[in-house]
This record gives sequence, C-alpha cells and structure tokens, in this order.
Amino acid sequence: MNEIKNVRHSRIKERLAFYLLCVFSILTIIVLALIVSDILVKGLPHISFNFLLEEPRKMGKAGGIFSVIVSTFYIVVLSVVFAAPIGIAASVYLTEYAKEGPVLRIIRYGIEALAGVPSIIYGLFGYSFFVVFLGLKYSILSGALTLTLMILPTIVRTSEEAIKAVPSSYREGSLALGATKLQTIRKIVIPTAMPGILTGLILGIGRVVGESAAVIYTAGSSLGVPDSILRPGRTLSVHLFTLASEGLSAENTYATAVVLITLVLIINFIANTLINKIFIARRR
Amino acid sequence: MENVRIKVRDANLYYGDHHALKNISIDIYDKSVTALIGPSGCGKSTFLRCLNRMNDLIPNVKINGEIQVAGNDVNRYDVILLRKKVGMVFQKPNPFPMSIYENIAYGPRIHGIKSKTTLDDIVEKSLREAALWEEVKDRLKSDAIGLSGGQQQRLCIARTIAVEPEVLLMDEPTSALDPASTMKIEDLMENLKKQYTVIIVTHNMQQAGRISDYTAFFLNGEIIEYDKTEKIFYKPRDKRTEDYITGRFG
Repeated sequence: MNEIKNVRHSRIKERLAFYLLCVFSILTIIVLALIVSDILVKGLPHISFNFLLEEPRKMGKAGGIFSVIVSTFYIVVLSVVFAAPIGIAASVYLTEYAKEGPVLRIIRYGIEALAGVPSIIYGLFGYSFFVVFLGLKYSILSGALTLTLMILPTIVRTSEEAIKAVPSSYREGSLALGATKLQTIRKIVIPTAMPGILTGLILGIGRVVGESAAVIYTAGSSLGVPDSILRPGRTLSVHLFTLASEGLSAENTYATAVVLITLVLIINFIANTLINKIFIARRR
Repeated sequence: MENVRIKVRDANLYYGDHHALKNISIDIYDKSVTALIGPSGCGKSTFLRCLNRMNDLIPNVKINGEIQVAGNDVNRYDVILLRKKVGMVFQKPNPFPMSIYENIAYGPRIHGIKSKTTLDDIVEKSLREAALWEEVKDRLKSDAIGLSGGQQQRLCIARTIAVEPEVLLMDEPTSALDPASTMKIEDLMENLKKQYTVIIVTHNMQQAGRISDYTAFFLNGEIIEYDKTEKIFYKPRDKRTEDYITGRFG
C-alpha cells in the first residue's frame, strides 16, 4: 500500500519537474523573442539604404549612421589585428613551451581573472594609460588598444583549448621526420587548431561590437568619419547609448539597435558554425 | 658478413627511478628486417625510441651507454639530421590533416626542397615504394583522413621514405589494422629491406617469423636472446625464449 503511494508520489514529482523545466525554458525564449521583436518592430521601418549610408545630422537626431559604422569597423579590425598575434603567441607559449608549475598556474589564474574584470574597469585603465599617459587622446587607436586588452583573455583561453586538442601523434609524426619544434607548431599544430583559434577571435569581435563602457572613455563619441586612427570616433554601441540616454530620436535609436543585433547575430552564427566544425573534426 | 648499421653497447635507460632498459648490447644489420618481440612493457618500444631520440621528448629520462647509428653516437648527431636518417612509423596511423600530396611533401619541404617538379617526383616515388600509388594517384589532392586505416599506414610509410632515411623504425605498425591491410604491409617490408635497415616491434609472433631476418627477444628491459629468426624460433637457447615463443606466457 505504502509502496504504491510512494510510486505515485514520485510520478507526480516527475511530472511537476517536467512542467516547471518546460515553463522556464519557454520563458527564456519568450524574453529573447520579446526583445528582438520589440526592436525589429520599432526599428525596421526606419532602416533604409539612406540610413546606412548617410552621415548623422543634428547629433544623430536625423540622418543616418554611416560614420558610426565606419568607426565600428575601424575599432573591430584594429583590436583583432592587435589581439590575434599576441593572443595566439601567448597560447602557443602556454601550451607548447611553458613547464607545468607554480608560475604557469599564476599566469593561468591571472588570465582567468582578467576575463572576469568588468569592462568599465578596462575603460578606466584605457583612459588613464592610453588616453592620458601615452597621450593618444580620445582616438580610435586608444579604443582599439583598450579593447585588445579586454578580449585577450578570451582569445588566449580558446586558442589554448584548440591547441591542446591537437592530437600529440601529429606532433610526434612531424618531429620524427626531422622537423624542429617551431616548424611543427607553425605547419602542423596551428593550422590544425585554426578553427578553434578563429572561434576565439570571433567571440572577441562580438565583445568589441557590443562594448560601450570601455569605448566611450577611450575612443570618445565624436560623430564625424575618423580620417585617421588618431582621431576619435563613435561605435554603434556608443551611438545607441548616447541616443537612448539623451532621448534624441526613438526612430534612430531603434534603427541603430537593429543594425547592432543583426551584426551580433551574424557573428554568433559564424562562431557556432566554426565550433561545430571543430567538434566534427575531433570526432573523426 | 653483413654490415652493422646500428651498434649498441651497454645501454641503460631510466624513467625517473624505473630502470627500463638494462645493459642492452646489440648489432643490427644493414638491409635486413630485425624484429623486436616480447611481452608488453618489456622495453622494446622504449629501445626503438632511443634510436631516433624520441625519448628526448619525455621528461626525466636518463640514458647512458653507447648507441651508434652508421658509426656515430646518436647524441653526437644533430637531432634533426638523426631523425631524417632514422625514420619512424607509429602504431596508430597518424597522417596529418591535409591532402595526401601535402603529407608526403611535408618532410622534403622542411628539409629545404622547394621545386615543384622535384616534390612531384618525390611524392610519386615514395607512394610507389609504399605500394599506394595505384590506389591514390587520381586523388592526391584529397584529404588523407579519408583513406582507410591500412592506406593511412602505407601513407605514413611513404611520408617517412620521402626524406630518404637509412633506417626505418616501425612500432607495431600493423596492430591497428585488419588482416588484409596487415598482409599488404608485410609484403611491402620484403621490398623495403632491399634499401633500408628495418627494425620492427611486434606483438605478433607469426609476423616476426614471416618477415624478419633477425629477432631479438626482450624481457623486463633486457635482451634475453638475439639471433637469426630461424634459430630463435626453432632452436632457442634460452628456456624463457622458448616459453614465450610457444605461447606459455606473454
């Protein structure tokens, strides 16, 4: 008698858990759908070729976002150009050369910690170091250097994982042919780890595109098309932040948001495709 | 009398405190197949890896004694030259994740060959020697990972031959393969020994009997007996060799 009661009891619990889990996962999807649809409904009608290709007028109240797109592009390209070689070199050193020990543990811990530092702290550091101390002023360069620091930990960590996943039999095969360690790393290890390394870079780009706090203090929020990397510029996120906080134009705010999420979604899509590719390669 | 290609005298190897090879002395002859047999963990693979200094990659390994390849001590060689001279084929086929052509051209390229026609010639010659040319000549540009296990292993042999070694070390090259592929590789060895000194580690006694001219029996890090293969198989001097060969242990 008691047994049957117990079984019935656990059945009910099981059902309940199932429904709860369903409800929560549907909730997250609803939240995402609400955000995206809100932005799309309010922003899409204002998107046009003119919006993308015209310079902003009246502080962004009217006109398009051309200069903002250009600044965003500069900052993204520059920070990846700086961060990729440093990040890849660091991860090669950590995986292939450094000896396991306290020093390596401290470095790893440092990288973990850096990855968790809030972006506003990077902004503050970038301002006092690049903008003021090095005298780079508010500029695309200061912004890109600050973002380089911000995305380095992500790039190092993902590259490290990718390099560790390269089977040691490849390294042995190459060394046994008389290749040096450096040749083996350059011609076998890094090419094999490339999809993983690229994933890290793309995740980094995603963070750069979405960042506003660290950029506003280093690259400034000037609306002109920057004619050199030593000139200030305004990225999409910063533009969105300024428009929204100053309540200049709801239409343009939402239209900018549409451009921004489209960009982020495309970047995430590319990253996911690459991640899947690695896992397939690893399974073989 | 045949030429001695590899000469080892009183070689000892330690992994930390573990004494893995004990007073190994052996002469290995040119243009012949020498099989190293013995139960797992007896040191035969470790010994093989002394000959191209692959043990250098493992921390805490200490080796003393004399190990000579072609008259020179292995430690006197530049390790890159030594490994070019002493090629190695591994237990599990390990083609690089690139095309068949690139796999073979990799070795010659790192040793400085750039000319496209020279590389083409080396690729064809090596694949022919490894008895793989006919099967892959129409798809040299396709991914080596797509080949079957047996083809991959022959590709690895071709890749090793491509840098023109004098000695071929084979560490259980057929243990991951099916019988048909194994037979192809055994047939191949018959040809390879005309040009190279071949040393093969094998767990398969019949294989040692079929393909080798000389056999060394390893047990607990020592060479118990080393002689012509017929002698080892038909008239072993040591009781332990006889027990192992007749399958009483191992």
